[in-house]
Amino acid sequence: MSDSTVVGLNHEEQHRPELLHHFADAQQQRDSSSFGMWIFLATEVMFFGGLFCAYLIYRGWYFGDFAAASKSIDARLGGANTAVLICSSLTVVLAIWAAQTSRRALLIAMLILTMLFGVTFLGIKGIEYKAKFDEHHVPGASFSFDHEEIPGHPGQYANPRHAQIFFSLYFIMTGLHALHMIIGLGLFTWLLVMAWRGRFTPEYYTPLEMGGLYWHFVDIVWIYLFPLLYLIDRHA
Amino acid sequence: MSMATATVQPVERENYLNKHYGVGSWLFTTDHKRIALLYLISITFFFFIGGFFALLIRLELLTPAGDLVQADSYNKLFTMHGMVMVFFFLIPSIPAVLGNFLVPLMIGAKDLAFPRINLLSWYLYIIGGIMMMHCMLTGGVDTGWTFYTPFSTAFTNTKIVEAGLAIFVAGFSSILTGLNFVVTIHRMRAPGMTWSRLPLFIWAHYATSIIQILGTPVIAITIVLVAVERTLHLGIFDPKLGGDPLLFQHLFWFYSHPAVYIMILPSMGIVSEIIACFSRKRIFGYSFVAFSSIAIAVFGFLVWAHHMFVAGISVYAALIFSLLSYAVAVPSAVKVFNWTATLYKGSIRYDAPMLYAFGFLGLFTIGGLTGLFLACLGIDVHVTDTYFVVAHFHYIMVGGALMGYLGGMHFWWPKISGRLYPEGWARLAALIVFIGFNLTFFPQFILGYVGMPRRYYQYPQEFQVLNVLSTAGATVLGVGYLLPMIYFLWSMRYGRPAPDNPWNAAGLEWKTPSPPTTFNFETEPVVTWEAYNYEELDAPHKEEVPVVR
Repeated sequence: MSDSTVVGLNHEEQHRPELLHHFADAQQQRDSSSFGMWIFLATEVMFFGGLFCAYLIYRGWYFGDFAAASKSIDARLGGANTAVLICSSLTVVLAIWAAQTSRRALLIAMLILTMLFGVTFLGIKGIEYKAKFDEHHVPGASFSFDHEEIPGHPGQYANPRHAQIFFSLYFIMTGLHALHMIIGLGLFTWLLVMAWRGRFTPEYYTPLEMGGLYWHFVDIVWIYLFPLLYLIDRHA
Repeated sequence: MSMATATVQPVERENYLNKHYGVGSWLFTTDHKRIALLYLISITFFFFIGGFFALLIRLELLTPAGDLVQADSYNKLFTMHGMVMVFFFLIPSIPAVLGNFLVPLMIGAKDLAFPRINLLSWYLYIIGGIMMMHCMLTGGVDTGWTFYTPFSTAFTNTKIVEAGLAIFVAGFSSILTGLNFVVTIHRMRAPGMTWSRLPLFIWAHYATSIIQILGTPVIAITIVLVAVERTLHLGIFDPKLGGDPLLFQHLFWFYSHPAVYIMILPSMGIVSEIIACFSRKRIFGYSFVAFSSIAIAVFGFLVWAHHMFVAGISVYAALIFSLLSYAVAVPSAVKVFNWTATLYKGSIRYDAPMLYAFGFLGLFTIGGLTGLFLACLGIDVHVTDTYFVVAHFHYIMVGGALMGYLGGMHFWWPKISGRLYPEGWARLAALIVFIGFNLTFFPQFILGYVGMPRRYYQYPQEFQVLNVLSTAGATVLGVGYLLPMIYFLWSMRYGRPAPDNPWNAAGLEWKTPSPPTTFNFETEPVVTWEAYNYEELDAPHKEEVPVVR
């Protein structure tokens, strides 16, 4: 806690609008924000953790049914979405770099590009959901998954009830992930407005960094969701 | 400012209470002290709602027959009692009120790291509370506060989803409080306030926050799954559709067991402060008490399945969870022994906060030791779902957590309100609470041991004497809770103005005026002393000791 190294900055920094009154200096404020964000992400890990736990148990119990259900999802769409999200993570990083180096036009372009990738992801997700809806794979009253062969076991059919558990988890997990994406888009709209107004400087870009952390987290969740949901026993 | 007050008329000094006026200045405040008071008012409200349900339960159990209410209403009564008390009183109680008020003061900060998030957490709590009230007024829930599946998702006709969402929202309030505390304790400490100089209240809140941060999201996702399963008739937990009800219990208790430590740890922090102050001694084994809080938080996450010994988990899993449940008793016992050792050769004063601390010590010990009975597989099978369990967890949650909360409220009331409470009445109330509590819950140990199951509204004739004792005790306990509320309110107007440090206690919070100013400290404090330096404080020639920096 001996922050004597930044004492020289104190006077000047106290007049900056973004420095809140209860912080001693900008460094302390930045550290607090980023630490708080990491803790928030830890809560998110636990939140999704409960779902992953449920997924692992049922996948262990009903492996064949899960594999059959997984095979009915279009992995090309999932793969395309993976690529889209990885690109969007790159543009987020470039946006932060643009802020650090005072390139305002680039910053705005990168934020817009990130949001476009996000919207693309949601669009592809929509196409995927539409297909599931048409095939009656949405859990509920009109769900049906009859005579679907278990991969690698010719003549054996998946139990529709167990497949329904897979699709329940599929929709809850990807749905919550998509909800996080939508929240992320809202967040980035706000960042875009701030960037437009020139609020970010090489000294102050904390909101960008926090938004970026959130965005990367949502990406990483997808990196796990993709193989777990789309790629069960594909080789069989 | 101090110059002005010395010369001018005795005008009331500017402080956090009188600096701004009007409803807006409270509803939009970001001052941690004002938010603490907002929380105080709201949790007190919910405490009396939950207490009202408890009163009806005890009245029904006065006689063996079901006469006051019928089975359905009784199910709703104990469910709403549990949900309100657990999620809307016990979990926010100490952290959101005393923690909010004291964490920045004790570490020498101007506020919590995120004041606006702090206010947001109160609003989330209020939104959750309104949803819970609406749910109660439009029918309530009858599953028990544990809302076990598949009963909650496939059978009951009561408002599971609404109650679940209320808890979901209130859970975010709890997460945000914990997040704020951890960041504040890490990043906002005053110069010289090293980790080994932190008050144990801070260590306790640090451990509590870890549980809030890592546990609460799991109950959140569990509630989402229950709500989805119930509304869309999916088979995630419903065995008829291939789901696993045990998975629900695992997820539920993964949060709800550590949640017990969310309730008790802050109380332990308070007791550490009070016992040191009223024995005029440094706490015995400071680092052991500090790290036992962390150990409880860590071990607390590894014992959840001891709630499921009869639910059909594997015998080996039960064995391991039993062993780990014994292990969690070790750090708790470390604390009790260290508090007792602190008393040894101390100059003990029997003021009201200390009476509550003594109450805590005895009742928590009984609650903890009976917890070991329940960690033992054989005994647990015998007393599962009996009043023995009910008595055990009320000794922890009421005898432990609530006694600590009341002790803390008395200890810091002069700082919070700037007024002294009437000491005689307070001691009387502490005594009434202690007697009423034991009269209420000790008979329940016996009831449970001889076989009275919990959650029944009728019972055989031979259980009546003990039930009458318990109901009588609950009445006494109710009086014990009303008294402090009355004299605290009274003292706000008629109490004598409090000096800055009425207990001559150590700790930075006592170096601020009573009540503190909005930004807590006139100048940033620099800490050069250890926590609980009572020997130094009480030394006869304190002023002449040169301060070495």
